Amino acid sequence: MSEKIIVLRGRKVVGGIAEGEALVTRDTISGWGGVNPMQGTVIETRHELRGQSFKDKVLVFPGAKGSSGWSVVFHTARLAGTAPKAMVFNEMTTKVALGAVVMRVPSVTDLDRDPLDVIETGDWVVVNGDTGTVEVRKRAAVKRAS
Amino acid sequence: MKLTDDEQAMLDGREGKAKQKAMELLVRYGEALGVERFVNTTNVAGVPGQSSVFLETYYKDVKAGSPGGGRDAIFSLFDLDSDELVDVPQVVTHSCHLQGGYDPDNWKLLGASPEAARISRESEGYAVDRGIKILKTCTPYLVGNVPKMGEHCAWMESSAVVYCNSVLGARTNTEGRESTSAAMLTGKIPDFGFHRDEHRRGTHLIEVDTPIESLMDWGMLGYYIGDEVQEHIPVLKGRMSQPDLIRYKHFGAAAASSGGVEMYHIVGVTPEAPTEQAAFGGNTPRETFRYGAAERRKTYENLNANARDPNVDYVMLGCPHAALDQIEEACRLLAGRKISGNTRLWIFTSRAVKLQADQRGFTKAILDAGGHVLTDTCSAIGQALPPGTKVAALDSAKQVHYLPAIMGIQAWFGTTADCIDAALTGRWNGELR
Repeated sequence: MSEKIIVLRGRKVVGGIAEGEALVTRDTISGWGGVNPMQGTVIETRHELRGQSFKDKVLVFPGAKGSSGWSVVFHTARLAGTAPKAMVFNEMTTKVALGAVVMRVPSVTDLDRDPLDVIETGDWVVVNGDTGTVEVRKRAAVKRAS
Repeated sequence: MKLTDDEQAMLDGREGKAKQKAMELLVRYGEALGVERFVNTTNVAGVPGQSSVFLETYYKDVKAGSPGGGRDAIFSLFDLDSDELVDVPQVVTHSCHLQGGYDPDNWKLLGASPEAARISRESEGYAVDRGIKILKTCTPYLVGNVPKMGEHCAWMESSAVVYCNSVLGARTNTEGRESTSAAMLTGKIPDFGFHRDEHRRGTHLIEVDTPIESLMDWGMLGYYIGDEVQEHIPVLKGRMSQPDLIRYKHFGAAAASSGGVEMYHIVGVTPEAPTEQAAFGGNTPRETFRYGAAERRKTYENLNANARDPNVDYVMLGCPHAALDQIEEACRLLAGRKISGNTRLWIFTSRAVKLQADQRGFTKAILDAGGHVLTDTCSAIGQALPPGTKVAALDSAKQVHYLPAIMGIQAWFGTTADCIDAALTGRWNGELR
């Protein structure tokens, strides 16, 4: 029996294909002062992901906020080897666009369904930046298969 | 993207390798944003070529093999995100360097290693040689870089961006290091967001129903609004005094920290909001928020959420960098007294304002009291605290937002007078009045 895969369609931000476990938040993410790029963790005081690592995850989030150091922090995360594998987000801003570009990870936005409603932390997600699609295998199915 | 002839020439490499790499980055960025065109920018503010011990180590092998002392490696590989080393020419448009590096006279006090101080000095020299103005401040608008209404800018520093759009009516998105460095070499930036009329209109209405006069009140109002509207465009009306430059500075910095506010309108006050109707420009407010006494108290509590210990060992003023009037106020509040032996007082400002503080005798007065006036950075940007700091007192909502998260300390928020009192007594006695 084939398991159900949910497909979301949006547009390319940065091309390429990557897959991994989702890390989902409904809080916007602050780069500089909100993330420790050496550890790949969220450090913002009142953030729901505080202390959690996005390294090698597919980061699913509403968008970017805060300092203009967003791109530098995520650029540094790339150099330090702590970057997420891919990004899926809702709100386009210069911060998140430039951050995705210099992090060089497949990224998509403008999806036909809200990814925050569809994707939960732990789901297995394939991000195809070239076609702008996101494939989601729910965590329950991931667990059964393993 | 649809490129003009001059943009295509740069992309094709006809203007040299550095401009080609800069255009390649800007095209990737423009495509990510989903826009088709660039605008010509005549005012760029960034942190070009600024290095760090981490970047020096990371690019060590490339630097060793590159001519001219290897500083081109940082600009090529990090600023331009190029995989190839390029010779970086003079900038082509008005360009300045914002805060960063270490105060050249006080790097030891700030805890920088000799290596970090050397890297800071060399990075600065590299930028100077390329025609970049070294302002070394988060407040370029306080030291002569005041863009004109409608001017297309490419600025970093969220507190300066929100000032540029809202108070001056110039046009910039919150750019990053890589996009500003590329813009300095090309004079181009994507035609997105705040460069366009339709993206400058208000989206949310804020009815201010409690009097806003003091600097602290402006900071709290900004912090509340950023939390509520996130990256949208608030329109304020109600019981506010006419803000001065310092209040605008603290208000915008706070709103840009708790949320991502890059532009706001104050009805009848800011240049693109002669009326409420003009501020919204045909938009219907998506939501209306009322800021009254209860919201004010809640915001104060949020800003003081992580502070427990009343013993204050560090007082930091100057976020965003202090204006001369603020340094003068600190001197007036100190009134010739000495700060507590258990407390340190650091006031951060720009080099240009420090020069004026020197002339007026403020720098010496603060030194005599046991404090320091420092430039180029701040405790958050420089990750620089006096040794052993556990509890700070701050008069900036922005600094309270960042410093505890970055440095793992407690921080109290209050008025400048509360902070100077803490410096003198070593105790936090602030409260919401």
